[in-house]
Amino acid sequence: MAVFEPEAEGIVFDAEETGGDIVGRSPWALAGRRLVRNKLALAALALFVLIVAVSFAAPLYSNYVADTDPFASNISGTVTLNGKTEPVLQQGGGKLGLGETPIGPTWHSKYFLGADNQGRDVAARVLYGGRASLEIGIGSALLASAIALVFALVAGFFGGWTDAIISRVMDLIWAFPLYLLAISLATVLLTAPNGLKIGFIHLSAGSLWVPLLIIGLVYVPYIYRPIRGQVLSLREKEFVEAGIAQGASNFRLIFNEVLPNVASTVIVLMPLMIATTILTESALSYLSIGVQPPQASWGTIIEDGQSLLYTRPWVAIAPGIMIVLTVLALNVLGDGLRDALDPRSKVRVKG
Amino acid sequence: MRSRSLFSLLVVACLAALVLTACGGSSKKKSSATSSGNAGGTLMTVAKGAPSGSPDPQINYTLQEWQLLVITHDGLVGFKRASGTEGTKLVPDLATSVPKPTDGGKTYTFTLRKGIKFSDGKELKASDVKYTFERLFKIGSSPNAGTWYNVIVGGDACVKSPKTCNLNQGVVVDDAKGTVTFHLTKGDPEFLDKLAVPFAFILPTGTPNKEVQIPPPGTGPYKFVEYNPNKEIKLVRNTNFKEWSKDAQPNGNPDVIIQKFGLSAEAEVTQVENGQADWMFDNPPSDRLSEISTKHADQVHVNPLTAVWYFAFNVRIPPFNNLKARQGVNFATDRNALVKIYGGPNLAVPTCQILPPNFPGYKPYCPYTKNPGSGKWTAPDMAKAKQLIAASGTKGASVKVNTDTVETDKALGLYFVGLLNQLGYKATLQALSPDIQYPYCQNSKNQVQFCWSSWYQDYPAASDFLNILLGCGSFIPNSNASPNIAEFCNKPIQAQMDQALQQGITDPTGANTKWQAVDKAVTDQAPWVSLFNPKYIDFLSTRVKGYQFSPQWYFLLAQASVK
Repeated sequence: MAVFEPEAEGIVFDAEETGGDIVGRSPWALAGRRLVRNKLALAALALFVLIVAVSFAAPLYSNYVADTDPFASNISGTVTLNGKTEPVLQQGGGKLGLGETPIGPTWHSKYFLGADNQGRDVAARVLYGGRASLEIGIGSALLASAIALVFALVAGFFGGWTDAIISRVMDLIWAFPLYLLAISLATVLLTAPNGLKIGFIHLSAGSLWVPLLIIGLVYVPYIYRPIRGQVLSLREKEFVEAGIAQGASNFRLIFNEVLPNVASTVIVLMPLMIATTILTESALSYLSIGVQPPQASWGTIIEDGQSLLYTRPWVAIAPGIMIVLTVLALNVLGDGLRDALDPRSKVRVKG
Repeated sequence: MRSRSLFSLLVVACLAALVLTACGGSSKKKSSATSSGNAGGTLMTVAKGAPSGSPDPQINYTLQEWQLLVITHDGLVGFKRASGTEGTKLVPDLATSVPKPTDGGKTYTFTLRKGIKFSDGKELKASDVKYTFERLFKIGSSPNAGTWYNVIVGGDACVKSPKTCNLNQGVVVDDAKGTVTFHLTKGDPEFLDKLAVPFAFILPTGTPNKEVQIPPPGTGPYKFVEYNPNKEIKLVRNTNFKEWSKDAQPNGNPDVIIQKFGLSAEAEVTQVENGQADWMFDNPPSDRLSEISTKHADQVHVNPLTAVWYFAFNVRIPPFNNLKARQGVNFATDRNALVKIYGGPNLAVPTCQILPPNFPGYKPYCPYTKNPGSGKWTAPDMAKAKQLIAASGTKGASVKVNTDTVETDKALGLYFVGLLNQLGYKATLQALSPDIQYPYCQNSKNQVQFCWSSWYQDYPAASDFLNILLGCGSFIPNSNASPNIAEFCNKPIQAQMDQALQQGITDPTGANTKWQAVDKAVTDQAPWVSLFNPKYIDFLSTRVKGYQFSPQWYFLLAQASVK
């Protein structure tokens, strides 16, 4: 049975906001109100939603606007612009005619941002790349949070040897330099002749699940640590002891008493984690050990564009801008959520 | 028999050699200028990194170091330092003449020139030759000791027990007369070619029988004075050198040749453009080609190479253990698109066969094109490709396309991922670091299905492509040194190769006709998708004069003039 503890449950009596009447509001409602008042955080949320929507509309863009397959090479292809047919890869000029340069931004529906060195539409690939980056970023952040939450609840609640063993394993993962660990895992998985096999699960080296799992696993300790600390503290609170005294099961105590009190921490961490995992995914893909061709992510497109920096800088700049906007939006949103859910902010509202 | 990286190394070596020769007039002992330029100055060259592998001349197998070794050391015979087909001719170097084999091709007798000295002042003796060949086995890690030189009597025993190697029977020397006689276990039509490459360059007696960190003294116009893989290689004039043969080892022009490491290819281009460097070893990156072509055309030299770029099918595992599947992919390949990836039609020529143009045994042949018959590739034939692949029953199979992470090579791999998916396979790309990709593909344990590679001649002989890359003996299971990546072994074709090798001892022209037939037969079996024959770009600073390109050693560094 849950014990009503206004402080622990986060319910406050907000006189100021109700014109003098004392009305009980749930902490979630209050957090929502605070978030709505934070215009910057709302703008960041709107930007993030827009980026997600545009990225997930990639198939519509490539089928109905650009009319192209962003994963197939079109090296010998041509494009008609203003009634004039031009090759997608154009032979170098001068006396020697060396080199082949992809067509630059046309600012038309086809090849809006130009082509890469395979003759593929950069704009369509940036949208598809966003889809992959966001899927991996959000997926790995959720995975890391879920695993970290379970272990933190168990370790923090039971303490003793359970806590010691789980915490040392987390310390072990944390002790590895993050990128080296991710690179090692990716190298092993990508060079394994038959991909990754765990029981009935079989992942090919080109699967998006491979970078998602790798990034998700390496970030578990980063979420585990703060949550475990909070659980350790909550474990000693009176309302938990009261639950124990009334004979509540451990499962019930963890899920009904402790979990609701750490949920806000996870929520605050989530946008920041997504931003971090998107950056990690881009870095790994840039190093050719994240998303595997012909799939695209913002990191792989930057890698493609690196060899065209002198002649076609937009190939690298476009996904770079997308990463900056996404990470910026998520960080601002994360700050907004923290302000909205931080217990200290309650004091301000009360005052 | 080497891949592009090896080729690249060889080019660098040639460059260094050219630089050395170009610098060949030290202040201590001024050499006369070569016929092609003025002596003096420093030829400054740049490269991304040092030659891969050991600096030891009997171990290193890279174009980058070979380009330098050919101006610091000599063999008994050498390739003529000249452009065009003249550059493929063997001429006497440390020996007075190129001997005709006797005893059914099993005995070669050389007489050494007199008065030649190593850079440390010691005089060259016949016993140095025997010492050199014993050392080749004793150091234990010379890549071709067991495949090229084991034909010397006693060679096989040396391969088995390197430390106790004794070639008393195989290399008979007489210091007083200056004669060296090689006794072989069987006739080898390419033995003289093998004596003309750096593995067989003569080193002084007493050179440590272990890997050295800087090439030991040689007889060429330059000598190594610095070999720092993290910084630079520096060659200066060998003051003991006196030109004995302009054809084999002409004196050089520069006094000093330096090769600096650590720059990106982009930075190399900028340094050459600004005159901070005279030559870049690496090929200019693709996004700078147009700029070079437009603004610096007079500083660029483009030369065809006797080389081929290809993707090897693994003919022993699905789906490409099926001939129709292999032929289908060959018909579908748009070689013009691949040429564009490499840099355009002025930098590569499409091909369907194994042997490159202007090579012994070459006759144009291309069955995998629309309207075949002319021997030239014109366009892909998708209809025929789809028909063959449908008939093969391999549609739907998973294929991993293996390349390295170098920009161009990865782009070629991506092209094939798209093409194979279009043909009904489930293709993905496996791009590995250039350091491990080639050995990874060679090892049959890794079961690579479709692997990018390239091959640049070691010496001008058809067997250097056909027998080494596609002969039964070149497939060594579970080994990282198995150049037959396709794991191709066709007994009737192998018999044809053996006949051609045998005939080459006495009748090279007739043997080349046989190699033509082998080339055709192998191409029909489609163990590869041959892509194109590349050309090489040399980008020079404005002050470099006297550029010469040898088909064997590429840019002849020592013949360049910077003064």
